[in-house]
Amino acid sequence: MSEIKTFVPTPDSPPPLTSTGVLRWLRDNLFSSWFNSLLTLLALALLVRVVPPLVSWALVHAVWTGGPGVCDDASGACWAFIAAKARVMLIGTYPPELAWRPLAAGALLAGVVAATVSGRCKKRVLTGLWPVFFAAALWLVGGGAGLETVDQSRWGGLMLSLGLAAVGILVSVPLGILLALGRRSGMGGVSAVCIGFIELVRGVPLITILFMASVMMPLFLPPNFQINNLLRVQVGIILFSSAYIAEVVRGGLQAIPKGQIDAAKALGLSPWMVTVFVVLPQAVRHVLPALIGRCIALFKDTSLVIIVGLLDFLGMAKAASQDQLWLGHEVEGYVFCAAVYWVICFGMSRYGRSLEKRGPQTNR
Amino acid sequence: MQAFRLKEQLVPILTQTLVVGAILYVALLLFQNTQANLEARNIASGFGFLSVESGMPINDSLLAYAPADTYGRAFLVGIVNTLFVSALSIVLATALGVLVGVARVSANWLVARLAAVYVELFRNIPLLLTLFFCYSTLLAFLPAPRQSLSPLAGVFINNRGVFAPRPHWLDGMGWVVLALGLAAIGAVLLARRSKRLRDETGRGLPAGWISLGLIAGLPTLAYFLAGRPIDFDVPTLHGFNFKGGMVLRPEFTALLTGLVLYTAAFIGENVRSGIQSVDKGQLDAAKALGLRPGSIMRKVILPQTLRVCIPATTNDYTSLVKNSSLAVAIGYPDMVSIGGTIIGQNDQAIEVIGLWMAVYLTINLVLSLGMNWCNAKVRLVER
Repeated sequence: MSEIKTFVPTPDSPPPLTSTGVLRWLRDNLFSSWFNSLLTLLALALLVRVVPPLVSWALVHAVWTGGPGVCDDASGACWAFIAAKARVMLIGTYPPELAWRPLAAGALLAGVVAATVSGRCKKRVLTGLWPVFFAAALWLVGGGAGLETVDQSRWGGLMLSLGLAAVGILVSVPLGILLALGRRSGMGGVSAVCIGFIELVRGVPLITILFMASVMMPLFLPPNFQINNLLRVQVGIILFSSAYIAEVVRGGLQAIPKGQIDAAKALGLSPWMVTVFVVLPQAVRHVLPALIGRCIALFKDTSLVIIVGLLDFLGMAKAASQDQLWLGHEVEGYVFCAAVYWVICFGMSRYGRSLEKRGPQTNR
Repeated sequence: MQAFRLKEQLVPILTQTLVVGAILYVALLLFQNTQANLEARNIASGFGFLSVESGMPINDSLLAYAPADTYGRAFLVGIVNTLFVSALSIVLATALGVLVGVARVSANWLVARLAAVYVELFRNIPLLLTLFFCYSTLLAFLPAPRQSLSPLAGVFINNRGVFAPRPHWLDGMGWVVLALGLAAIGAVLLARRSKRLRDETGRGLPAGWISLGLIAGLPTLAYFLAGRPIDFDVPTLHGFNFKGGMVLRPEFTALLTGLVLYTAAFIGENVRSGIQSVDKGQLDAAKALGLRPGSIMRKVILPQTLRVCIPATTNDYTSLVKNSSLAVAIGYPDMVSIGGTIIGQNDQAIEVIGLWMAVYLTINLVLSLGMNWCNAKVRLVER
């Protein structure tokens, strides 16, 4: 008997180099056809044209520190200008010796935002935390009750933008919910008023509303009851934003199945209790991502107050670039502004998306 | 039971009476205050000011305008400027937006990434900041009039604007227009015939190329046959600036660029979600039929995308029209900018703001009606 021949397989030869690893990825994602290869080469050419000069301007040849005139011979960006103007851009003409107060408010804001985003705090805690924060921030910035008062005409910069947006969101969300409820109330008179308001406001630009608040409102009010420009503009922003929020909330209200309302009524809840405890919580949860989108838009829109003479973040950046000592650095100011706006808005939109992913059931 | 029903009816009626009554009362109060305030400040009311001479210079106008014209005429110039910049921006933003949306879902990793960076960059920065940025970079990088760039003969680019020769029509231009009209009619007839042929035999004509040839060729032919009936008014340097010709001012260019870049980011997202909403089976079926990638995109995917895109894009168009009012911040004389100057001169804020609102509401209403008509056209026909 000869020995049994066993089949010993030779090991598989490795796949060709072009179908694994980096090369495979490159071929699939960048060079899958002649057209794709052309696109890749064009995109690369664009990047080569844009990125190195940008890096050289913003980082390599940039001037980071120094006083006025330090950038006169520089071929890059003048970040020393931003360093010199940072205080004005952040808090405007707020008294420098009291600058710790808005900074403390900013730190509080960062803390509350961190608590909200982390998702570890209970919703009940957060609902209590935000109003407390608002009161504390208003007290810190405005003064009174033991702190020196600072006139509203000296509020400015990023602080003003954030303040306008925060108060705008705080007031226009409930107002928008009321408008949406009014629109769907089924009471002819009330819903006609709400529809008229919502459609009128949504049909015109924010600037016209701001002009109205700034120029026309003094004519509407009795001579002995005039409010300052900041408050008028804030009212304009709130009215504008509430119309848009009303439409978002209406979308959520329409998504509530009628069975929910019938069930709540059958349990003996009064119409108001049905709305407050059954319909609204579900409706708002449905449209939370869209609501956050409106909040981002509101924050971006606060930059328009510059047109009616308030110096917010963007306004201060523009004003700073007109300083005789630092002429010709508008672009740096705008880039800094854009970076800050971008971080805040992108952060908010990411948060909105994460809520969407967590799903409507879990974020109670 | 009777009492219960009465209560159920009474509550809404009472609420409505209260709400409407309160609003009417507030309106009456505001009206009285306004009357008193206007009188105290010596401000005229009514629209009489529209026929008063404005004395206001406007540096960029599509209509003939001089400071001796009336406020009404000045406001009209503003309306035309608003309409012009909005219409042009809508066309350009749509083109760029579709491109960005298609690039977002491209199989090419690099292109998709670049498009995503573009969208996220412009969506998260205020439009006003983008406008300021465009305006100051335009002014910073363009040379003074004396050192103008001249990429083509007769075209000059400097920090006062882009100057180009203005064509003047001479006798015989009628023939060229006639030729253009004939070419257009021919193109329409050809498209119809091609569609009928394709329905009957499955093979159409290359209608696109023939139409292009017709529309470009016929008027050109007529132009030369009629003895080149266009004369050009070439801009020339006088002192510190150019005179004559047509000019695109930097304010207009910056506004247009900003509006297009900003809105295209939003339209791009609409197009992307539209493309992703098209069933994957459609793509597979089109591939199985042997269509090429370009044809699949143009003839199968994009037409179905429209259904998802149009409602969202309608909103973006109306925001674009409203956003064009930011022109006031960089000094392009749109309706709001000119209205603001009028308020500054005669304090008639109520009338001017009323006019603004009326015009914007009308534009947006017309735009929405038009887009709803388009939407009805592309809606899925259910059998």
